[in-house]
Amino acid sequence: MRFPVTALFPTLAAAPALLAGAAAATELTMSVQIPRLDVSEYHRPYLAVWLEGQDGTALGNLAVWYELRKQGPEGGTKYLKDMRQWWRRIGRETDLPIDGVSGATRPAGEHAVSLNPDAPPFAGLKPGTYEVVVEAAREVGGREVLRLPLVWPPAATQTVGARGTSELGAVSLTLKP
Amino acid sequence: MRSLRLIAALAILLPLPAEAHRAWMLPSSTILSGEDGWATFDTAVSNDLFVFEHVPMRLDGLIVTGPDGNAVKAENATTGKFRSSFDLHLVRAGTYRASVANEFLFANYKLNGETKRWRGRVENFEREIPREAQDLKLTQSFQRTETFVTLGKPNTAALAPTGKGLELRADTHPNNLAAGETARFTLLLDGVPAPGIEVEIVRGGARYRDKPGEMRMKSGSDGSIAVTWPEAGMYWLGAEMQDDKASLPKARRRATYNATFEVLPQ
Repeated sequence: MRFPVTALFPTLAAAPALLAGAAAATELTMSVQIPRLDVSEYHRPYLAVWLEGQDGTALGNLAVWYELRKQGPEGGTKYLKDMRQWWRRIGRETDLPIDGVSGATRPAGEHAVSLNPDAPPFAGLKPGTYEVVVEAAREVGGREVLRLPLVWPPAATQTVGARGTSELGAVSLTLKP
Repeated sequence: MRSLRLIAALAILLPLPAEAHRAWMLPSSTILSGEDGWATFDTAVSNDLFVFEHVPMRLDGLIVTGPDGNAVKAENATTGKFRSSFDLHLVRAGTYRASVANEFLFANYKLNGETKRWRGRVENFEREIPREAQDLKLTQSFQRTETFVTLGKPNTAALAPTGKGLELRADTHPNNLAAGETARFTLLLDGVPAPGIEVEIVRGGARYRDKPGEMRMKSGSDGSIAVTWPEAGMYWLGAEMQDDKASLPKARRRATYNATFEVLPQ
């Protein structure tokens, strides 16, 4: 089976093009629940979602929600390092903002994370086992990290979920071939 | 006047016996994000880590090196009863090293049957020690106390060894340390890997523990040490050596190195 190498992928050789083509049919849906907390001083959490290989190498950012409009010269980027694991794995190498990835902090509730299977890091992703990592850190609050393992590309519909205990509620990811 | 001040500084820098106190420099944070950032540093000599309870570290030998390897100005430097402090404005991304480094000469001698002690700069020694001095004993001392702070992505230009005294080559970046992981460093003496150097590592906050829980190790044949951080926290690393290979003839050489590392949770 061959897929056309379109102008969108002019530099891709045949094999990655095949994967990119395979991925194109894939559907990814993800949701993240930010818990409602009864605290005297509440700030919306900073939240990062990224993809990791089995060896812990970060392969790309999927979402970075932070305070965009914060007053002061550094904006809200001063607190990005509080998402410690994200910061160490990929955040400190990341130039923000990123179109389609970074955005404003979200209130308590369930939120969709838009994942594009045709864009990096999923486009051209080699078959294998990966983890989607979700980290939330809240000013005058705590920090929590959840990991969702996945097999790429999905052979059948896969749904993986995890539930946080403090800074994150239910987190779920569905992959449809 | 200057030498008087140095002598005063030395009395503080080198309490005797040397093992009694630890010299340290504690940063307010080691990892910063954003366009720019500030860090403040406290530096002192004390038994407890990191508690100001003895004497401040004098800031005469303070040098801050920026991510391009050039010196950066420290601001708001002040010395109080128990500690010295200074601020650092980090305006470009990368790793900064803040060090208090000093080189001194100690002399013990007899003059007309009386025992005398002298501390000062090597270059003043000939002028200030009388020619008739007897039983002259000299110790050339190198001391370095430092810590590291990174804005954004870490780099290594500021970590380049100076080649003087005891230093640490950071085989693992000092601002990339996490609990449960193993960091590797190499002890250097005058820029060359130094085997058999005794190293002590202590986590801060011992005042709240019954056991201080120091880790002790010796650098290997290649000068290296491997440190597995048992938990997150601020850690003090101290190393010290003595031998008779000073640059001055018949002098002893003593070198000490102290660094503070922040180890973060996973």
